[in-house]
Amino acid sequence: MELFHSVNVDWLGKKWYFLAFSMIFSVAGIISMSLHWAHTGSPVPLGVDFRGGTQVELKFAHTPDINRIRQATEAAGIKDAEVTTYDVPSQNEVLISLPEQTNESALDVGRQAIVDALHAHYDNSFTVENVHVVGPTVGHQLEKQAGLATLYSLLGMLVYLWFRFQLIYGVAAVVACFHDTLITVGAFALTDREISLTVIAAILTLVGYSMNDTIVVFDRIRENLRLSRREALPDVVNRSINQTLSRTVLTSGLTFLTVLSLFIFGGPVLRGFSFALVIGILIGTYSSIAVAAPMLVAWQDWRAKRGKTAVLPAAKRSRA
Amino acid sequence: MKKNLNKKIALIFAFLLVCLYGIFGVPSGLSGKALLDAMSKRIHLGLDLRGGAHLILQVVVSEAVGEETDNTMARIQQDLKAAHLTFSQVYKPDPKNRPQLVQVEGIDPNQSGAVRSVLDNKYSNEYDIAGNSADNGFTVTMKPLVLTALEKKTDEEAIETIRDRVDSLGVSEPVIQEYGLGDNEILVELPGISDLDRVKEIIQSTARLEIHAVLGGPFPDEQAALASVGGTLPPDQELVHGSGALTGSEADSVYLLQRVAIVAGSDFRSADPGTDQNGMRTVRFTLTNEAGDRFYDYTSKNVGRSMAVVMGGRVREVANIESAIRDSGEIRGSFTPEEVEILSKMLRTGALPASLHYIETSTVGASLGADSIRQGVTAAIVGVLVVMAFMLFYYRGSGINADLALFLNLVILLGFMGFSQATLTLPGIAGVILTIGMGVDSNVLIFERIREEMRAGKPPSAAVDQGFAHAWTTIFDTHVTTIVSAAILFLFGTGPVKGFAVTLTFGLAANLFTAVYVSRVIFEAHLNKLKPGELVSI
Repeated sequence: MELFHSVNVDWLGKKWYFLAFSMIFSVAGIISMSLHWAHTGSPVPLGVDFRGGTQVELKFAHTPDINRIRQATEAAGIKDAEVTTYDVPSQNEVLISLPEQTNESALDVGRQAIVDALHAHYDNSFTVENVHVVGPTVGHQLEKQAGLATLYSLLGMLVYLWFRFQLIYGVAAVVACFHDTLITVGAFALTDREISLTVIAAILTLVGYSMNDTIVVFDRIRENLRLSRREALPDVVNRSINQTLSRTVLTSGLTFLTVLSLFIFGGPVLRGFSFALVIGILIGTYSSIAVAAPMLVAWQDWRAKRGKTAVLPAAKRSRA
Repeated sequence: MKKNLNKKIALIFAFLLVCLYGIFGVPSGLSGKALLDAMSKRIHLGLDLRGGAHLILQVVVSEAVGEETDNTMARIQQDLKAAHLTFSQVYKPDPKNRPQLVQVEGIDPNQSGAVRSVLDNKYSNEYDIAGNSADNGFTVTMKPLVLTALEKKTDEEAIETIRDRVDSLGVSEPVIQEYGLGDNEILVELPGISDLDRVKEIIQSTARLEIHAVLGGPFPDEQAALASVGGTLPPDQELVHGSGALTGSEADSVYLLQRVAIVAGSDFRSADPGTDQNGMRTVRFTLTNEAGDRFYDYTSKNVGRSMAVVMGGRVREVANIESAIRDSGEIRGSFTPEEVEILSKMLRTGALPASLHYIETSTVGASLGADSIRQGVTAAIVGVLVVMAFMLFYYRGSGINADLALFLNLVILLGFMGFSQATLTLPGIAGVILTIGMGVDSNVLIFERIREEMRAGKPPSAAVDQGFAHAWTTIFDTHVTTIVSAAILFLFGTGPVKGFAVTLTFGLAANLFTAVYVSRVIFEAHLNKLKPGELVSI
């Protein structure tokens, strides 16, 4: 069975549609992040390992009443407790978060206070499934580390691609990855999901995946350019994309299915992680065709207009 | 040709066996349970899958530095007195932020040279000595290298002490190690422990035992104590509260003690619970030889004076020095049996060189861990089945090839993990799932190329050759970039994320082998069986 032989779509011709699509999602993401920043001081909801504080996961014997829980904590004098349901309703689980303590010696007080408050004021037995207490220094350290890791990752890829191809390939690929990261993080802001350290791991993975995808197309472009020096670059790029289309759709499809399986079956702890990958794989595949490839051609055109010689070996004009 | 092929197949099987050994070791039997047992010995589960406690502690190294300079201050004073040189005071101008800096003031300008040579003689190995003409004095600062070495030593001692104490909890496979990028942080992971309070009690207790000279007291409160020295506390003295048990009432009592201890901390060689002739619980201690000499020296010179036993920052007992004591003694006080036990254990395992701050703690309940395993494995199985079914459907005969390669991939991945004793975390399971998706990419690349070549009219064996040849560069590039990503994640990530980076890297490495070598061999075997004119089933 074969899905994609003899495809002949003019991808570059559609670049304005692609640009519009990307702009819409990027802008939506940016607006959402700005609003969130104005509200809470950070562009996306941050997990407890970044923002610091206490997070307690409780499993109740009977369906928990969020309002009663909130009243119980307030009655015990605990201020600023955030109470949310966790996982599917049938699990009867609740997440209680307390803000960051500036005094690190008071680190574990929050958990005990919550447990005592609930024992005293709320009549529904529970077990403590998971407690996470993060002091302010660790939270900030982690933010810095995550930022550095992302930066180094992108830089590493840029250098590798410069080495294996040419600089413009590297730049185009990195721009595509950056576009993917922006839209994925924007999706988190839009859907109000938390970004934790595992989500950062997912984002770095999708950067790698998007790179992969872009490299497959670039490899084909490079091979085709070597074989035919008579064709115009846009034609070569279109043909390369069409030739690799079946591979792209298949791999993305299969990887997407595995990640979807993770999203559906993988449980609440990995949900943020799998959400990032679900979005990331779709956008990563899209960006190789819609962002990276057009950038190559645009760069060539720009250099041609400036009167410089072609960096990528293809004929200047289409021999139509 | 055939012989070559057989050798290759044999090689692959041998490799497979080695990996199976990596996963299972030598299992006691072949039942499901025996295999699972064997596997759990080789592949370690992370805290998020097993449940347990995770703590990050920071060692307050400035305390250790402060103690060292306290000692130096006392010795400088002794040396200057012994050389009959005058000075007004020896003190630390900023003990909190710069505990490594000691100031000597009020030197007689005529004696300045003599003072300099005394300081140089004894302290210039470890300290930088600078003249301070403004107030006729000298500034003695610990050399930066010495300071760093001391901090490092404090960290190491803290780790050793914590390790000893944690051992007493009976935790299997605890993790206690340096953490982070040089901020004196220690990571402690204790699988299976969920009572954080008890852990903290055991680790944190700075049950430092010290014996100080008593200069005044007991006073009813701090004001009275200060009043006895004219309102301000001299820099070489300190105020320490007593424990109510001493006076038999709950009333507070404050003592004026010499800041520098006569003997303290690691000077104690052992401590055991005992009872004295009245049946009161006591703690018997012995000192090291060197400390014993110092103690003898002090006590023989100070008969008739008092000394205080300070524990956990409180005065536990005040004793009169009746005669010289060398290296063993007894601490009397109304201890509870638990207190005596804890004190003895603390003293036996050595004192923490400095206090510890908790900067992050988390506990994962065991049931949450079990849930996570179940969910992760379910997702993985569903993922694998979907991919395998699709490959079979889309690529027909060659689909079997891809599925075999995928299966082998997983076995090799687990084998690597078994051999390297790597830890499997929940994100690690996600990494395995991702490897499945990305691994099959290599096969897709190769197969699509083979299809293309066959469509262009090439015969099967040439098509297969070309397919592998062209796909190789792309496979190599994509794998390297993802491994670069994973390596960076490994460097910057914490426990669970490291687990993800590890499984991803192992999976990709395994994939390079299976997609290129194993798939090729299977194709060759298949091609050998083809009749002339028959096409590869792809």
